[in-house]
Amino acid sequence: MLAPVLQSKISEKVTCFHCGLECENKEISIGEKYFCCNGCKTVYEIIEANNLCNYYSIDEKPGKTQKQNIKRNFDFLDDEDVNAKLIDFTNGKRTTVTFQIPQMHCSSCIWILENLYKFNSGITNSQVNFLKKTLSLNYTEELTSLKEVVEQLDSIGYLPQLNLESGLSNHQNETNKKLYYKIGIAGFCFGNIMLLSFPEYLSFVDSNTGNLKQIFAFVNIVLSLPVFFYSASEYFISAIKGLRKKLVNIDVPISVGIIALFGRSLFEIISGTGAGYLDSLAALIFFLLTGKLFQSKTYEALNFERNYTSYFPIAVTHKRLDKETTIPIEKLKVGMKIIVKSNELIPADSVLISSEANIDYGFVTGESEAVRKINGDIIYSGGKQVGGEIELEVIKEISQSYLTQLWNNKAFKKDFDSPLNSIVNVVSKYFTAAIFVIASSAFLFWAFTNAGLAINAFTAVLIIACPCALALSTPFTLGNTLRIFGKNKFYIKNVEVIEKLAAINNIVFDKTGTITESGKSQIEYSGNELSDIDNKLISSLVKNSSHPFSRALLQFLNSEETEKCEDFIEIPGEGLQAVIDNKKIKIGSRNFVSVGNNSFPNKSGSTVFYSIEGKIKGYFRVTNLYRNGLKDIGAALSKNYSVSVVTGDNRGEEANLKKYFPEGTDFLFNQLPQEKLEYILSLQNQNKKVLMIGDGLNDAGALKQSEVGISISEDVNNFSPACDGILESNSFIKLKDFISFSKTSKKIIIISFIISFLYNLAGLSFAVQGTLSPVIAAILMPVSSISVVLFATLSTNLIAKKRGLI
Amino acid sequence: MDVMILLIAFSLLVAGGFLIAFLWAVKNGQFDDKYTPSVRILFDDKSQIDRKLVSKENQI
Repeated sequence: MLAPVLQSKISEKVTCFHCGLECENKEISIGEKYFCCNGCKTVYEIIEANNLCNYYSIDEKPGKTQKQNIKRNFDFLDDEDVNAKLIDFTNGKRTTVTFQIPQMHCSSCIWILENLYKFNSGITNSQVNFLKKTLSLNYTEELTSLKEVVEQLDSIGYLPQLNLESGLSNHQNETNKKLYYKIGIAGFCFGNIMLLSFPEYLSFVDSNTGNLKQIFAFVNIVLSLPVFFYSASEYFISAIKGLRKKLVNIDVPISVGIIALFGRSLFEIISGTGAGYLDSLAALIFFLLTGKLFQSKTYEALNFERNYTSYFPIAVTHKRLDKETTIPIEKLKVGMKIIVKSNELIPADSVLISSEANIDYGFVTGESEAVRKINGDIIYSGGKQVGGEIELEVIKEISQSYLTQLWNNKAFKKDFDSPLNSIVNVVSKYFTAAIFVIASSAFLFWAFTNAGLAINAFTAVLIIACPCALALSTPFTLGNTLRIFGKNKFYIKNVEVIEKLAAINNIVFDKTGTITESGKSQIEYSGNELSDIDNKLISSLVKNSSHPFSRALLQFLNSEETEKCEDFIEIPGEGLQAVIDNKKIKIGSRNFVSVGNNSFPNKSGSTVFYSIEGKIKGYFRVTNLYRNGLKDIGAALSKNYSVSVVTGDNRGEEANLKKYFPEGTDFLFNQLPQEKLEYILSLQNQNKKVLMIGDGLNDAGALKQSEVGISISEDVNNFSPACDGILESNSFIKLKDFISFSKTSKKIIIISFIISFLYNLAGLSFAVQGTLSPVIAAILMPVSSISVVLFATLSTNLIAKKRGLI
Repeated sequence: MDVMILLIAFSLLVAGGFLIAFLWAVKNGQFDDKYTPSVRILFDDKSQIDRKLVSKENQI
């Protein structure tokens, strides 16, 4: 008999000096500093060796854990074509390159990345943009290379994203700058014109002022020119674009108002009949542009336009005549032989030349379980090789491969300028018509008695009806809603998404990774009652194995005591066996454990059976762990929306899913990425507005096809496929609140419209009589705009607070 | 009252100077990153190498 060995429990918990994760034991340490893994220790050693330990004093435990870290090969960066694609600029001696580094998260990160030159003397300087999570650096070609720089970054835990995404952000930057210019100029002119119009407001008259007023008015004209021709230009362009498509968007009445303001002011000043409304013109454009700036809030570090190129490697190892070279991925042709190393993605459909491979399609299906393939099997693109390196022969072009075909679907070629049925555009159609009717009636009414007054009234109506307040209510309401969502870790692409979200009536969920926690699972036990003794025996057995399942099982069983094993055998892919307490214990797959008859039913998911002395006692099953609060969300959403769940999995989980979603929910199983997209399309053909919630590349098509596609992510800086919004998984429970809040925002917009109509009515009563003075216009325009802006922002904030969103 | 015209001209000149300063700041990328400099300034490091080089060459 062997005495039970008491496992010594770690009394005090230690956390990793580098990343702050809890350490399993105190084995990995340097002096008094403990580390969770060797990766973290290595990073510390590198930083310490370069005298940069300041890194650890700026922020506590600033690192990211290196537990998952694997040895990477950056040889492809020596390839000139690849090199040229990644760098910004080189003159042969000095090179500038900008990397995306999503791991950046604290002040220490900024500090260490800006001190890169201390690690590598070839790097002359480096600069971080924290909000964009980019690092720009210069290096000297003679002293170092791109490959060395990337290796250096990887060695301290900041592996940059290496893919060939186009320079989308640059373009964004330019449009943003233009808006700043326009606002600056409009603001400058607005202030000065108002100052020069002051005497006019106060009807200040004395013997000397007549001449001065005239001069002021002409200065005003000069000041209004840049406002009219530069700052306001985008409204004219947008109005013309809309009219060409036979659409009366909000910019049409705005443009008409601006032209009427400018034309009439010019006429009045030049003819010496009045002071004009140039102050109102400048104020109007200044306010409108400010609204535009407010709604253009973007999450710079997030990318909503990713396609498969962001996921795929930028280079592959090509084998030719027994020599291995790296080639850029777009040079890959049918018939080429490629080498795929462990954890690398298979870029194109290929035939396996090596004898066997373990392919993990987690990327495509969301279910990460390696599938065994043997020589001659076709391996579809998007799979990941697990284990040693394999040799493949490409049989399809990358763009024609299984996974990438999805991007040839017309959903991805959707016209981005497609007319948006935004509420403001619907209103503006009727609004414009009404204004023209009123203006013409006023003109006709006066035309026979007083021609001058008729023109006066006509232009005055166009001026006063210029929908400044109307145009401001949407950007401020939605811009504020976007910020409120952002505070709740729900990041959306732009404000239009909110309006679309308010209109949806059908919700489609993906399963794996979306409504289940990704990377987490729970263990279920079925069979004979698990006695304490059995529990102890199994724990003693699995303790000896490092297989993830064994680890999970050990934690599940949570046995305090374990005993010594004899004759321990682990057969990879099959199971474990040993003799404990003179009993033969087996645990593993059905075939490994069973001695013939096995009365337990076949179930989906990974199942592990155990037997004692040849007698099967029961099995453990790994099932998905559904997200917290899923039941509430399922029930609440089903009340108002049709809900469906589409998954690439088999029916095994159906019974479980039904526990979470009420009657009437559609479940679709075994759906390929393409089929998910088609399902969304079929719903849309029934005139449904679909909200798709997914997570992986396998949902990319459906996310794109749906009205609103939201991608769920554990860490928003990780890759997520092209979508309209990224929701951090912790906020999944608030999904219902987000939808209802977007509906509220729509209501707030409508109320703001009513307020601005009331102002318009008041102004119109002056205008039709032809008695609109510049002072009234100059007061009415800002007052109406400011009150609408205040109403929109305050009411959204107030309601958000009430609902616990702020 | 002719002095008014001089005053107006001068005030426009001064205001115009500020406008040009603003436009220059935007063009130069001073509004591109509104966060990192606020952290960077707190680092106790004397040996910062010329940062202008990066931003200049980025514009090329």
